[in-house]
Amino acid sequence: MARLDEKHTFPGRLIIVEGIDGSGKTTQASLLRHWLASLGVPVFWTEWNSSTLVKSTTKKAKKSNTLTPTTFSLLHATDFADRLSYKIIPPLKAGMLVIADRYAFTAFARDTARGVHPEWVRSLYEFAIKPDIAFYFKVPINVSLKRLLSARMKLKFYEAGMDMGLSKDPAECFELFQSRVLDEYDRMSEEFGFHVIDAVQPIEAQQRQVRAIVERELHHYLAPYLDKARSALPTPQQTPVSA
Amino acid sequence: MGRRYVGTGLTYVDLSEVNGHLIVLEGSDGVGRTTQLSLLRTWLEVQGYGVIETGWTRSALVRDSIDLAKAGNSLNVLTFNLLYATDYADRLEHEIIPALRSGFIVLADRYIYTAFARAMVRGADPNWIRNLYGFALEPDLVLYLQVDVDTLINRVLRADSLDYWEAGLDHNPGLDPYDSFQRYQARMIREFDRMAEEMHFTVIDARKGVEEIQQDLREAIAHVLNLSPEKPVAEVEER
Repeated sequence: MARLDEKHTFPGRLIIVEGIDGSGKTTQASLLRHWLASLGVPVFWTEWNSSTLVKSTTKKAKKSNTLTPTTFSLLHATDFADRLSYKIIPPLKAGMLVIADRYAFTAFARDTARGVHPEWVRSLYEFAIKPDIAFYFKVPINVSLKRLLSARMKLKFYEAGMDMGLSKDPAECFELFQSRVLDEYDRMSEEFGFHVIDAVQPIEAQQRQVRAIVERELHHYLAPYLDKARSALPTPQQTPVSA
Repeated sequence: MGRRYVGTGLTYVDLSEVNGHLIVLEGSDGVGRTTQLSLLRTWLEVQGYGVIETGWTRSALVRDSIDLAKAGNSLNVLTFNLLYATDYADRLEHEIIPALRSGFIVLADRYIYTAFARAMVRGADPNWIRNLYGFALEPDLVLYLQVDVDTLINRVLRADSLDYWEAGLDHNPGLDPYDSFQRYQARMIREFDRMAEEMHFTVIDARKGVEEIQQDLREAIAHVLNLSPEKPVAEVEER
């Protein structure tokens, strides 16, 4: 199987964004989405952990605090498998451009940081499809923590890795846990060929880079939309194409 | 005897004091596992052993999701296998390992081999499914109740009507339940037989009567526990 290192053959394209919490990847992905939609590209958006199949189970388990690193990992894989078959593959088959906010790499980073065997979690996701572009928004812990605290004021239990018992203080725990996650992402950058974006930069600077990479990497797929968008510009010198 | 994992294992769980005994009973749907297990439990308890039973798909964690998915028949091969693995992982860490650590005998009604057989019949990648259960604990003994499909059908029909999932109707849509049961269970038996050879299960002829099967099971277990097996009355008198 091992599809994560094989190019897929669907007519659509898959772009994924990764990064630790507070890296700003969702902001970047949604700006990318707006741009692509404005070009007329059929965009399909999907997020980590959103299928109805395991939503209630995950919620319940998180509440009762009985998840172990392995069950945590397996539930996310179940959710992912469900989303892959219903939300990712169908639009790819239909030729759409799928943007996934987090992908299997989130599991590799988080689950390994929780102590699950790195080889096991990779084999678990062997059914996943290799993305056409994988962005990694790299940011130091203190920056992401500052962003999260100012936006939400309260760190979530599992996001902060409180289940790991690294520290009683949520902020300290977040730092300890997320730095492990960060190490895993850095390790994967080369393994999976991420496009690394310096996520400390201003939002618009990052977005310019992101769009340039997408235009370059998906040139063939985007060409008809880009051409149409250019020709649709209301320029006075425009001459109608003769039939 | 040292405890081992099937594959990569649970890297964060120390197995050094996980003693006890893990005994697995495998075999087709309706072959009589439940009856045999309750007889075994009583027998072991009379011998003074602490016994805990564990099933397949019973944990509180994923019961809802599995029921939900089964009701809507919306499971595909991947989610089906992943939910069962989640269920097993939950029971392994919260039930099986703690029980073994406390010196219990854990009697497992089905184990990862059921998952392997079901996955193979449904066309899952064999390497993927084996790796998936790489965190599983290797049992001390796997007792396989082996039966042919015709004997099985008769036994099942005498007890109850055919069940949608046991008949494998999820992957034989449109087929008559009887035909589907026969085809599905025959393929399951083939998978079990193949594994029995590969992984050295203790094969018990389940075409026999309940008492005879029980006797065979007790002998196999007594051997693992270093118990002197109780001879059946008839055999003792003959000598």
